[in-house]
Formats: sequence, C-alpha cells, structure tokens
Amino acid sequence: MKTMLNKLLGLVGLVVLSFGVLADDWQQAASGLTGKSSNHKLAAIEAMLEFDDPRNAVALQGMLDAELYYVKADRQLVIATKSGRSFLLTDLQGESLGEVAKSKIKRITVNNRIRREIRSGLAMMALAGPDEDARFSAVRSLMANVEAEQLPLVEQRLVAETSAKVQDKLRELQAIILLENGDDAQRQSSAEFLGGRMDAPSRNALLRAQSDEQNAEVLAAINESVARNQQLLKLNRAAENLYFGLSLGAVLLLAAVGLAITFGVMGVINMAHGEMIMLGAYTTYVVQQLMPGHIELSLVVAIPAAFLVSGAMGVLIERGIIRFLYGRPLETLLATFGLSLVLQQLVRSIFGPLNQAVITPQWLSGSLEINGVLALTYNRLYIIIFSFMVVAALWLLISKTFFGLQVRAVTQNRAMANAMGIRSSWVDAMTFGLGSGVAGIAGVALSQLTNVGPNLGQNYIIDSFMVVVFGGVGNLFGTVVAAMTLGVANKLAEPFTGAVLAKILVLVFIILFIQKRPRGMFALKGRMVED
Amino acid sequence: MSRSIIVSFLMRDKVGNALLAVLLALAIIVPFCSLVFEPGDTFYLSSYWVTLLGKYLCYALLAVAVDLVWGYCGILSLGHGAFFALGGYAMGMYLMRQIGERGVYANPLLPDFMVFLNWTELPWYWQGFDMFGFAMLMVLLVPGALAFLFGYLAFRSRVTGVYLSIITQALTYALMLAFFRNDMGFGGNNGLTDFKDILGFNLQHSGTRAALFSLSALALAGGYLLCRFIVNSKLGRVLIAIRDSESRTRFIGYRVERFKLFVFVVSAMLAGVAGALYVPQVGIINPGEFAPLNSIESIVWVAVGGRGTLFGAIFGAWMVNFGKTWFTGAFPELWLFFLGGLFVVTTLWLPKGVVGLSAQLSKMRRSKAASGANTEAPVQAQAVEAEPQPQQASQVAPEPDKQAEPTPKNLDQGAANV
Amino acid sequence: MTQQKQHSSRWSKQLAASAMALALTSGMSLAQAAETIKVGVLHSLSGTMAISETTLKDTVLMMVEEQNKAGGLLGKKLEPVVVDPASDWPLFAEKARELLEKEQVDVIFGCWTSVSRKSVLPVVEELNGLLFYPVQYEGEESSKNVFYTGAAPNQQAIPAVDYLMGEEGVERWVLAGTDYVYPRTTNKILEAYLKTAGVADEDIMISYTPFGHSDWQTIVSDIKKFGEAGKKTAVVSTINGDANVPFYKELANQGIAAEDIPVVAFSVGEEELSGFDTAPLVGHLAAWNYFQSADSELNEEFIGAWQSFIGSEERVTNDPMEATYIGFKMWAEAVEKAGSVEVDSVRDAMYGITVPNLTGGYAVMNTNHHLTKPVLIGEIQADGQFDVVWQTAGGVIGDAWTDHLPESANLVADWTAPISCGNFNITTSQCSGQNY
Repeated sequence: MKTMLNKLLGLVGLVVLSFGVLADDWQQAASGLTGKSSNHKLAAIEAMLEFDDPRNAVALQGMLDAELYYVKADRQLVIATKSGRSFLLTDLQGESLGEVAKSKIKRITVNNRIRREIRSGLAMMALAGPDEDARFSAVRSLMANVEAEQLPLVEQRLVAETSAKVQDKLRELQAIILLENGDDAQRQSSAEFLGGRMDAPSRNALLRAQSDEQNAEVLAAINESVARNQQLLKLNRAAENLYFGLSLGAVLLLAAVGLAITFGVMGVINMAHGEMIMLGAYTTYVVQQLMPGHIELSLVVAIPAAFLVSGAMGVLIERGIIRFLYGRPLETLLATFGLSLVLQQLVRSIFGPLNQAVITPQWLSGSLEINGVLALTYNRLYIIIFSFMVVAALWLLISKTFFGLQVRAVTQNRAMANAMGIRSSWVDAMTFGLGSGVAGIAGVALSQLTNVGPNLGQNYIIDSFMVVVFGGVGNLFGTVVAAMTLGVANKLAEPFTGAVLAKILVLVFIILFIQKRPRGMFALKGRMVED
Repeated sequence: MSRSIIVSFLMRDKVGNALLAVLLALAIIVPFCSLVFEPGDTFYLSSYWVTLLGKYLCYALLAVAVDLVWGYCGILSLGHGAFFALGGYAMGMYLMRQIGERGVYANPLLPDFMVFLNWTELPWYWQGFDMFGFAMLMVLLVPGALAFLFGYLAFRSRVTGVYLSIITQALTYALMLAFFRNDMGFGGNNGLTDFKDILGFNLQHSGTRAALFSLSALALAGGYLLCRFIVNSKLGRVLIAIRDSESRTRFIGYRVERFKLFVFVVSAMLAGVAGALYVPQVGIINPGEFAPLNSIESIVWVAVGGRGTLFGAIFGAWMVNFGKTWFTGAFPELWLFFLGGLFVVTTLWLPKGVVGLSAQLSKMRRSKAASGANTEAPVQAQAVEAEPQPQQASQVAPEPDKQAEPTPKNLDQGAANV
Repeated sequence: MTQQKQHSSRWSKQLAASAMALALTSGMSLAQAAETIKVGVLHSLSGTMAISETTLKDTVLMMVEEQNKAGGLLGKKLEPVVVDPASDWPLFAEKARELLEKEQVDVIFGCWTSVSRKSVLPVVEELNGLLFYPVQYEGEESSKNVFYTGAAPNQQAIPAVDYLMGEEGVERWVLAGTDYVYPRTTNKILEAYLKTAGVADEDIMISYTPFGHSDWQTIVSDIKKFGEAGKKTAVVSTINGDANVPFYKELANQGIAAEDIPVVAFSVGEEELSGFDTAPLVGHLAAWNYFQSADSELNEEFIGAWQSFIGSEERVTNDPMEATYIGFKMWAEAVEKAGSVEVDSVRDAMYGITVPNLTGGYAVMNTNHHLTKPVLIGEIQADGQFDVVWQTAGGVIGDAWTDHLPESANLVADWTAPISCGNFNITTSQCSGQNY
C-alpha cells in the first residue's frame, strides 16, 4: 500500500516536473494558437516547431482534423471529440479530462494558410519518420516550396535514407536546389538529372534556369532537358486526354448498356431507362444509410441490391404496361415517358427534392500517379474496368446460358419459340428486368461521379439513346464501340471547342451519321422490312 | 368537282366547324370582356386570363402542327418544340430591336445583354429584325428552312420510325445547348425579355393584349383550315397511305420522301407561327423552350386529344394545359403523377384519344341513322361516293402505328449478334 | 402545406360571387380583401429549381406564422398565397400576374435566378406590385417594384478576391462559371477589378460550362496545369447548383487540395453542401452575407425556430434564407411605418429601414433598393458547415451598377426625389429603360 502511494506520488512528481521543465516554454509558444488572427496562430506554430516535443504532432494533427479546442476558462489546449450533445476532452498527452458542454470550449479554427504551414510542419517531422510513403510525400511537399537553406538537411537525409524511392525523390530535390545555387558542374549534372522528370517543380526549375543560365555548356544541357520534357509532356497530355475520353466513354457505356437490351434487343423505347439508373443510385444511398459503419463495403452490397431493385421495377413495368404495347414502339415511348415522370416525382416525394450525399469509399478516392503529369483517378479507372466487366457478363449471359438462348429464340421467332415450349411472356419480363437491372448497376457507378437526385436519369437518357442508335440497334458490340468513340471524340474536341460546343458537335455528327447510315454503325445485315 | 369536295368536307366536319365558330366567338368576346368591362364587373376578364387563354391558343396551334405530321403522316417528331422556339426567337428579336434606346444602357442599336457582354456591333444575323415584315418572314422561313434541311436529309435516306424520333430529339437538344451559350448572341439562359412594344403598340396595354389574343384565335382557325385542306386533299390521302404503309405507297410509285418533306415543312412553319404569337403574350423567350420535355409534352396533348383528328389535337392541348394550370396551383406535388399517369392511361386505354371515344359512339349512332342522312343531304352523299376512301375512319379514328416496326421480329438478329 | 389556397373552389366562388354581385355593390370584394393582408410566395416547388426554392417558400411561411403569432400587421392577419411556377420561366410571369391580379396580394416574396426575376419584372412593374428578391445576383438592375435583399457583386465577389489576395497571397486566377448571366457579369467585373490590381492577362483563365455539367476531367486538369506555373493560384467559382458536386469530386480525385489551389464559391452554401460528402472539400471557401455557424443569439434563435418549424434537426439554414428573413422583417416594419399595405407608401417607408442581421449588426435598405450588409468568408468543414475565417468590419453598401464596367460606371440608382430612377446616367442626366 505504501509502495503504491510512493509510486503514485513519484508519478505525480514526474508529471509536475516534466511540466515544470517543458510546460512553460512550449505552452508559452502554443498559447498564440488561442488568438483570433491567423498571424498569431502562424507565429505560434513556428514557435512550437522550435521544440522537439511530442505534443507538436498531436496539436497539429488535431488542428487539421478540427479536433483541437481550448477550454475557455483557462485557455488550456485540449483534444475534444463529440459524444452526443457534449464533448469528451483529453489533453495533449492523452490524459482524459472528462466531459464538458459545448459552450465551455472553443475550437481553434484554421484557414488554408495555417493548414499549409501545419502540413509542412508535419512533413518535416515525417521526413525522419518510419513510414516510407510519409517520407516520400514529405519530400514532395518540400519540393513545392524549395529553399536553398534546405540543402544540408536534404544531403543529410540522402545519406540516412534507405528506401530507393525516397532517395530518388531526395536527389531530385537536391538537383532543383543545385540547379539554381550550385557551381557549373553541379548545375550541369542537375540539368541532366532533371530531364524527363515530370513533376512541376522540376520542370519549372529547368524553365527558370533556361532564362537565367549564363554558361553555354550548362545551357545546352538545360535546353536538351527542357526539349525532352516538352516532348514527354505532350505525350503524357495526349495519354491523359485519351484516358478522359475512355472514362467518359465508360460512363456512356454503362448508362447505355441496359438500354441496349431493352431498346436494342426488345425494341422498347424505354424513356424510363434514366429513372432505372436513378433508382440504382438511390439504392446506393439507402445501402450506405443502412450500413453506416461499412462505407468501404457499401458499394459491393449496393451493386446486387441496385440490380434487384431496378430489375424488379423493370419486371413490374413490363408486366404492367409494356406487354400490352409490343409491336407499337412509339407508344412504348409515350407510356414509358409518362412512367419516368411518375418515378421522378415518386423519388422526390419519398426522399425530398434535395440531392442526397453518397459517400465515396476511400479506395475510390484519389488517383494512381504514373508520373508528375499523368495521374489516373481511381474512381474513373474502376468505372472503366467495371463497365467492361458488365458488358462481358452480359455477353456471356446472352450467348452462353440457357436463359440467353431463350431470349434469342423469342426475339428471333416468337411463334416458333412458343411452339418449342418457351414461355415467351416470362422471357420478355426477365429480359426487360435484366436491362433495367443493368441500368441500376450503372446508377451505383454514377453515384460516385455525380449528384444523386431526382433528375439524375434525365441527364443520361438522351446520351444513352444516342449511343445505342449510333452503335446500331440490337448490337452489344456496336454499343461498346459507339460509347468509346463518342467519349473519346468529345474529349478530343473539348480542348479546342469548349465543353458545350464539343457536345453540340457530337450531336450534330450523330444526326448526320444517321442520315448516312440509318441503322447505325453496326447495322444488322440481311434483308429487312422497313415498315 | 374539287370545289364540291371542299364544300362537302366543310359541311361534314361538324365538330371542326363548331370549333371554328367558337374560335371566332372567342376572338370577339374575350377582347370585349377585357376592354369594355371594368375590374370588379362580373364579366370582366383580367389580363391574367387573357394572356393565359392566349397561351392556350398558341399551344393548340402547335398541337395542330404536331398532329399534321404525326397523326396524318406517321412522323413522330420529338423536336417540334424547336420550330416553335425558333419562331418565338424570330419574334423576340424583332421585339428586342423595338426597344431601341429604351434599354437600361440606352444603346440605340444593341440589346442590353450585348452591351454588358462587350459586344460592339450587332451580329449579322440580327440585321433586318427591326423591320416587322422581315421578322415575320423569318418566323416562317427559319423553322421552315431547318425543317427542309433536316427533312430532306432524313427522308431521303429513309430514316423512319424510332430513329427519326430520336434524331429529332437530338436536334432540339443540340439547339437548346447552343442557345444556352452566351456566345451565340441570343441572350443565353436569360433569353430575350423586357419587351416594350410591337408595331408601336405598348405590349402592356390591355388593348394590345386583346388584339394579340384575337390574332392567336384567328391564327389557330387559319391553321386549322389549312391543315384540314391539306389532309382532305388528294395529297392528304397519300399522307395517310404513307402513315399506314410507307413501303406500299412507295412501290405504288409515289415519291414518299417529297410528300413527307412537304408536310414536315408546313408543320414546322405552323409551329413557328405559334411560337411567334406566344412570345409577345408571355413576355419572354429563352432556351428552355427547346427542352426535349416541351416537345414531348406537345405530343401528349395530341395523344390525349386524339391523333389523326385536328380538333382532337386542339382539345388535347386545351385539356392538358388547363389541367396543368389547375393542378400546379392546387396540388403542385401531384402534377407530375397526374401528367405521367395521363401518358400511360392514354397509350394503354385511349389509343385514339378522348375524341376517339365520342367518335366511336357517334359512329355507332350514325350507322343506325345512315339512311336518313342520305335523304337529308343528297349532294354530300354523292361527293362521298365519288371519293371511295376511308375518310371517316382516318378522319377520326386512325389505326395507331400500323406502320411501326413489329418489334422483336424485325430486330430478329439482334440477340444473335449480341 | 395547409396554407395553400384551394383552387378547386374557384368555380364555386365565382358562381357565388356573380350571384351576389346582383344583390350587392361591387365594393364587396374590396371589403373582403381588406380582412387579411395577402403575402404571395412565388417559388418553384417542382422542377429543377425546387431543390433550392422549396426552402425559401417554407421560410416565408414560417415568417408569416411568426408574424401572425405576434398579432399580424395593422391589426390584420397575414395570409400566405403559395403558387408553383415549376422552374419554368414564362410560368413565373404568369403566376406573378395571377398573384397580383387574381389574388390581389400585397407583396410577393419569390424568384431564384436572374431569368425568373427578369421574367417577372415587366409584370410587377405593369401592375405596380412589390417583389422581394432574396438571392445573390449580378446587379445591373434596379426596378422601382423590386427590393433586392441578396448580395450584389460588390458584396460577395470583390471582398472574396480581396481576401484571397491579402490572406493567401494569390497571384493567378481561374474564373470558372456556368454559362449564364450571373457568372458572366461577375467574371467581367472581377476581371476588370483584377487588372486594376495589377494582375497580368496571362494570370487569368476564364472558363464557362453548361448547366448541370458533369464531366469535369478536362477542366480540372486544365486548372491543375494552370496552377503549376509556380505562382499561388485560386479558383473563383460561379458554378451553379448541380454541377458543383462532380466538380469538387473531380478536384479531390485529381489531388487538388484547398491548400494548393483554394476554390472560393459564390453559389455553394450550407444547403448545397448537405448533398455533398464534404470530407475532401475541407478548406475550400465560400463568400456570403450569412453562414449558419455565425455566432449570435439572434442566429441561434432563428436556427431553432427553423428546425422546429420544419420538424428536423438536420435541416440547415443559408444565406438566401437570411435574405428572405431580412426582406420580410423590413417589409413588415415598413407596413407598420406607412400604416398601410399600399405599394407606393410601403416603398417610401422602406428607405432607411434597419433590421438586425442574423450575423450581428444591422442591415439597411438603401434608396437604390439594395441592402447594406456585412460580407463573410467561410471555409468548408468536414461537418458540412463553414468556419468564418474573415469578415468585413462594417456593412458594405450594395451597388446596383458596378463601377468596374465602362457601360454601367455612369449609372446610378436612386428611387427618391429628385432622381427617382433605377438607371440614371450621371453624364447625360437621362433616365432610360423604365417602363413607367
């Protein structure tokens, strides 16, 4: 018991002692954070970083996460997390301080300037840290703001660094500094080193040096590197544009592929197709609401859910309306258009007119960096892959399964199929459900790119029809080619014409193309009755 | 002979004649009620009602234009709103030029929106619109020319049915995007507005408004007569033949595309006139009028009223728009349910529209009293015999979409190719 | 809403009215109208604009309810008359006419977007109505019959640019907007303003996109390239409504953080953010005259009243709501002051009226029909709210005609004698463009 008390006393003493030694200076430095103006806060951060104190990391990260508060009464800095109506406080060493009401504390607000300062502070700390990726991005953030004084630090890190990737980046940073401040030989080797490096600071450093350089030999090296960069830049930009085009094409493809079934195979002009997409997107929203703790998984669940919801709605529509209208495609247009209005209003009545926030999972955010210029955004990359997977699955379903055989049989010769014992009405319902379900899947993908609101479908319906008609009705392959062609054409035209004109040009192109080939790019061969 | 046919049709189209009489009566009564009576009187019609009814008349004219191509020739155009809007823009440009120095920047030549977008001179396509005659010519020519160009290409290469519908939709969509661009010089999203006067008459005066209303009524009557003349002529019968079986008509030796082109252009011009009358009454024209939804809505008017009957189109336009005015006032949340439901119900159970119902009933009644009718009007009976055509049927109750592709069949290789 | 009028009874009313008209004099209808004060609400409840406008309709209804609880005005109850112009611009004019002629309302609160206001303008001027327009707009207008309680460009755009230049040291500017009149005008004003501040031509990039633009890859990539030149870059966004979500998503995905290239938006408020996943947007900015996070008792009261009126703790408040609030309070005060709801006397009573802002201080109605109010800059937080990072010292006077465009520099608006004109040219002493 006594030893226990002793230990406790000793601990308290230690804490008091450590505070006694460190507290004054560090806390003095940090006290500026509770000031009102951003200049006070910036000065405080700078002063704090003079100390090698573990609380720096906690305080800075806390500010970034909007969790650093101060207690109004004694201006003590605390980390506060919301729990119900009040806040749980811990001090910067992780000691719990209990729960208080919101009015007792005040958050330390940061703006972009302060946030930038914090990030570079954290980067400096991470430079010697254990995490390779953190070190790498720390070097990059140093590159964004190169100063000659950093050279000794960089060289010191170069020696200590073990990862080749980080080392390479450090060397690049070193080259940028030396290109401006080194002697002739250093400048020359830096210029050579920076050739072909696509990061903006490196390219800009070369361009700056190009106009400042006096030494002819160094200048030649710089010129060569700049020329090489320009060429690489052009290549990368072209690749980027192609990627943009493909990703737009993938979006068009996803939006249109369901229509390629309902319109292309069944001949139903399904104006409610857009609303099937919308239902899929809303399903994603509902799934995320139902499993708030598992956002990362939500899309995996949403895909089958959306397929079922939209598919069921499709079957319902087919049984309730479409089946009475076979052979009268223009009437299906009117009926399904009316249906699309009803579905929009239904969603508006249930969920309200506001857009719903669908959260993007971590694995879909950010981009895959190829180099400093070319980065492929993950969400689009996955959508490109996903769209091809959907098409492939559809193709397999229709050409390799018994169900697909039935679909083909019914569309080719209904009477004969009936005679062979196929329930053609069941096949119709299932086919329409399939097309609608695929549209629902498209909705899951689109929810990651755009607004989830009652008008979502409207924005894609005309484009979808253009894709299917351009590709040739009844031809899945044609739809794929058409979507990709239109996407890439649109994106290639955009830098020259602007977004609107590019879209108008594509529409005019389709209108003219249809005049030339009234049945689309991949028209079905064989004799056809026109009437 | 041909004269007697016309006379006989004039006599036969009883509903149409009654409709014309109503239009004439409206053209007189509405201005009378709004100008002679004072606010507070029982028979007083406020400017709200005059402009509202005027708007319905313009919509009805658009519906007649749509019916002419769809109901009688089987061309389902989802882009007629574009012709309507182009006519409206031509009128709007005239009205903008009339503002002259009375704009907020007091620029004698340039409309306000050009002034604050730093335009220094009037674009070439705005030249001449200060002249009323020229502007009215453009009301007809611009939609007509676009329809000619578009129709010439489309009909020549035999783009039909669904494909035609979809590219007409693309057409109006592309035009909408284009007119939204401020660089086009048509005022962008704001469109053309704040009009002052027309031919020197102040647009805010009730007299001007009443005159515009009467003009709209007369234009609708004129449009009706013109369309009736067309559909009842020999040409009209070819159109119906095209609607019912395009290939067969072609094989008989008719140049199908020329007939279609003619009727498409006429219809576009009518739509343009409707738009031109619409703009001074509602006081604004903007790219929203090009929205595909508007075009489709005009299709619904015709479908609800009864396609293939000209007065059906007019009734449909009136009914749906009156319903819209009433519903959006009383139950704004329910309007889309109602409109959407109307589409579905009409296509499923009323393929001939509302007038189709009454026509069928009256047809039954008429067949009972057929002998009596013959003795009453021998001249008409003779005329009917001279023209052995299914006029009655096509006038009031066309077989819907016989021409349409018998769906899954002609796409037969679809699945095989997938 | 229960307050919506019953059109279904229109015919029966008319029948009854005409029958009674035989027996009674025509004074009857006037006597009936005098029992309540009618407040017209002209906001879209369906169509694309319903997203934003439904909230304002509810705000007006809440204000009317509160006013009635406090005893109404001039001893009479207020009666709201709600119509739905359905996001259809010509329909705005038609419904305004319906409100003024058929319903005989005494004031209209309504419209969102310039085109709807421009459509209504000739109607309220012809019938001498009174319209309160609660949304920020491009200026270049001052009508005798309209009070503009939203921000003019000098109350939003110019302070925002000043902030970025001063606090963030921005030297290179992307002006990105939706292609319609508000962004066009705002960007023109900003361009002129930036050039007088010494920004070179090549440091300004202007880009316009259509409504509802969803594929931002190319433009965001262009912005990224533009920002790589080594100078601090910012985006001034006048991108409208629906296009914002895909725009910000693309920014985040292409790795553009607020610290690198901040975006300051003039059309993104709390309500728009409630449809976003805001985590990747932290640090981007918005300039408004009001933020829900503004620290004042009045604001807390307002938020509480709103959330209990609408029955949800989740619902946010935003700048156009405050503008509606201020407009309504001012109108009510002017009616009391004038002792009548007659439009001309209310208008005269409006000038100089002050109403407390929800953010603190007072808003003043000027004779150019625009307000004096403070400007706030906020940064987006992860919870969908804004942190106020900067605020003007006092109120800024709303300027109907900007000084930064040559055509409008000579124009002033003053609706009191001796000028009494919405666009008076001080060089030629002429008043043009008026409809009366």
